[in-house]
Amino acid sequence: MITYLEALNAAMDKLLADDPRVFIYGQDVGAFGGAFKATLGLKEKYPDRVLDAPISEDAIVGVAIGAAIEGMRPIVEMQFADFSTCGFNQIVNHAGTLFYRTEVPCPIVVRLPSGGTPGGGPFHSQSMEALYATYPGLIVMTPGTVEDAYSMLIEAVALDDPVLFCEHKFLYNHLKAEKLPTECLPAGKARIARRGRDATIVTYSAMVHESLAAAEELVGEGYEIEIIDLRTVKPLDTDTVLASVARTGRLLCVSESWPWGGVAAEVIARVSAEGFALLDAPPQRLNAKDTPVPYHPDLWAAHRPTANTIANATRRLLQA
Amino acid sequence: MSSASRNSGPTRTEYLKAFRVMLAARILEEKLASLYRAGFIKGGVFLGRGQEALSVSVGIHLHKGDIFAPLIRDQAGRMAFGDTILDTLRTYLGSQLGSMRGRDGNIHRGRPAEGYYAMISHLGAMVSTVAGALLARRMRGETGVVGATCIGDGGTSTGAFHEGLNVAAVEKLPLVVVVANNQYAYSTPNSRQFACKDLLDKAAGYGVTGHHVDGTDLGECLRVVGGAIRAAREGGGPQMVVGELLRLVGHGEHDPGLYVDPKLRTSPLGRDCVRVAEDFVLEQKWATAEEIAAWKTEVKNEVDDTALRVRREPTPDPAEEEWRAISELHLQDHFADA
Repeated sequence: MITYLEALNAAMDKLLADDPRVFIYGQDVGAFGGAFKATLGLKEKYPDRVLDAPISEDAIVGVAIGAAIEGMRPIVEMQFADFSTCGFNQIVNHAGTLFYRTEVPCPIVVRLPSGGTPGGGPFHSQSMEALYATYPGLIVMTPGTVEDAYSMLIEAVALDDPVLFCEHKFLYNHLKAEKLPTECLPAGKARIARRGRDATIVTYSAMVHESLAAAEELVGEGYEIEIIDLRTVKPLDTDTVLASVARTGRLLCVSESWPWGGVAAEVIARVSAEGFALLDAPPQRLNAKDTPVPYHPDLWAAHRPTANTIANATRRLLQA
Repeated sequence: MSSASRNSGPTRTEYLKAFRVMLAARILEEKLASLYRAGFIKGGVFLGRGQEALSVSVGIHLHKGDIFAPLIRDQAGRMAFGDTILDTLRTYLGSQLGSMRGRDGNIHRGRPAEGYYAMISHLGAMVSTVAGALLARRMRGETGVVGATCIGDGGTSTGAFHEGLNVAAVEKLPLVVVVANNQYAYSTPNSRQFACKDLLDKAAGYGVTGHHVDGTDLGECLRVVGGAIRAAREGGGPQMVVGELLRLVGHGEHDPGLYVDPKLRTSPLGRDCVRVAEDFVLEQKWATAEEIAAWKTEVKNEVDDTALRVRREPTPDPAEEEWRAISELHLQDHFADA
């Protein structure tokens, strides 16, 4: 069995082995192997291309941008997605504008250990995908499976554009697969994680698994819920979402991030604008509560959507 | 005493070459100001008047294959590094044929594929970017490369400046940061900008070698900046040069700069470096007044002719614009328009 975290490590190992342009830069990523051990063992194998960085998120991304302009393929690890706000300027104003302004692409990958875990608290739990997706010039990936963690990271490094790679900390050791994939859907394509007929849940990352559990709960009540795993939130695969809504007539969007202007809001806006006639009921969203992410595990569990709250929201949608 | 201070000054040829670039930058910028006042340039015009000696000294010591990330008052340094009157005018006038194709303007121009980086407005951002470029060159086994970037007194207050300088020092990169201490950040005087006695304290704080120079004296700028660039090229690690001078214009052409202390204007800091260099050239009898006048006329004619030509060039057509910010066509997001 291989975990989501081991899949990320295996992907980086392969990338470093296959391409001398690839290097890893971030805090504690060297001999220590990273705060979560995503880069464990890589410094030993590739001593010149796995580099510890000072606690300087702005400079870490700036270094990656300069290296990318010179033809390298840097992978940056933010220790926690939350800290990427300290490198925000370089990401959105420099990496995100470079190709548009100069026609020189900026192939950097910024890995963002995202999402909540029990006890993580306000500054080690955030999901930043919507923040980056709102800026032009960036691709935002949100892998929710072991297979996607591996294959999408490899694809992210191959792309000529900056990629915000939102990997979920809760899935790191929790999610396991039999083996690494040999083929996968391309970036920008959503996946139907579960077939259904009564309602569509559009979600991504860790919420795919909460939604799958909710769907299982609803089977006992006679409902078959379709679940779409977006995989990449920017670009957003509107076609797959609309096709699903055309089959089910009902839409619930589930996101671990905050409600205002988020991925769920974007999906609902698109379905409302482009597929209003497909809807049999008002589209709904379920997000984290509009507060900082709380520390206490009991508060945290109530702050984000869970299988239970998703099932309840789906029941309300089915009765609407 | 730093190694740069031990270097000898420029030769006649070196001095005159730099002086003529300064003249060209000054004359081109005067044209930009007049085009702005006439309403032909939209957005801002930011001039380097008073900073040409320091700026040209950076560009002129860089080689092909080096990296240069200039800032807003570096017309002279840009031209010394290979930027042209033509592309400057195209970018300011929004020509479709310019390097930025109307997508960005004025001083936000560059050709990154040629080592000439296009600054973003957020001060300090280019320090770590050039450091990263140098790290990449080192990983690829290139030696003898230098990366230089320019900033002002105000820019040294940003977190990005400090993070970038520190990273360059940790990696011992051949980075040269040239600070034009022009006494004001927009309207804010140095007394409200920093409390250290000397801006070079910031270099010392990170283990970066520091150099002072009189930014109004071309010979000194060539000697000190040239020495810093040589030291970086020879493996001396990052270098920081602080040039003392006064910005002889407003922040941009929209700003009359009324806040500048009149005492500074009449102090040695307020000397016009182009005038100082011209006097020096005449005093050394390296050129006659007639020769200098002919050089000025030659540049002025080229600038005027080029401006006329660029004003007739196509501007970007919104209907033809791709409206695409990523290079991977298949990953372009699509939004249904109402």
